[in-house]
Amino acid sequence: MANAYEELSCQELVELVTDYLEGALPSELHDRFERHIAHCSGCQAYLKQMRATIRATGTLTVDSLTPDAESTLLDAFRGWRQSAD
Amino acid sequence: MENEASLVARLRSGDESAFRALIEMYHAMLVRVARMYVSSQAVAEEVAQETWLAVLEGIDRFEGRSSLKTWIFRILTNRAKTRGIREGRSLPFSSLEADEPAVEADRFHGDGHAWPGHWAAPPPGFPEERLLAAETREVIERAIEALPPTQRAVISLRDIEGWSAEDVCNALTLSETNQRVLLHRARSSVRAALEQYLAQV
Repeated sequence: MANAYEELSCQELVELVTDYLEGALPSELHDRFERHIAHCSGCQAYLKQMRATIRATGTLTVDSLTPDAESTLLDAFRGWRQSAD
Repeated sequence: MENEASLVARLRSGDESAFRALIEMYHAMLVRVARMYVSSQAVAEEVAQETWLAVLEGIDRFEGRSSLKTWIFRILTNRAKTRGIREGRSLPFSSLEADEPAVEADRFHGDGHAWPGHWAAPPPGFPEERLLAAETREVIERAIEALPPTQRAVISLRDIEGWSAEDVCNALTLSETNQRVLLHRARSSVRAALEQYLAQV
């Protein structure tokens, strides 16, 4: 990792993107990140790709409950309710 | 979504529709999280089913100190861990092994270059109209499917289900740092898969 007075390289920056988006970079590193990206079209494009990836992933759904699992679970529920009565 | 207190009250009174709503919301995700700890999909499914029984047995004692969601996932995580240990597996976070780079090293200039570590092959833009096409979503699904189970669980909760980082850390008993490392690797892999796919005409 570059020292505090050096600029980040693109290769270093891509490893910080998640921490940057999560607001988890220490302020000094956050400033270096923003200084780099202000002048680097490649890293701007990378950040855009990453945001697009997150957005596209957000349109997915986790597979729904299978009918098998649902009927097993509902049977278990009815058994529980009966035993509770 | 229905408020949690009323869902809990209905569940306590034995209302099947409340239980059905909960399993529809969380069961598939419980299986995915359990898979972090145990050896197979079948065992993960079993652990998730046992979790629901434990939820029913324990719902009278649920005090609402955490959210219902966190409480359910904590029960799952504890059970899956125990089951995984019995299977002789090590805990998935005990070794956050050496990093794969987010981007292949050959995309950057090497040490001999005037700008070492700077883009040699800068990333192209993603065409918006293809990004949300059904086929592209399948590419993302396959990329997530191919991830190690820990990364898959974290990216699914964060980016598909929209959970906060804090909720994920609580439910999976992960440190904030580990949560971010796992999310970073997962997102980086999905991004790379997307870039490769969208580069094809």
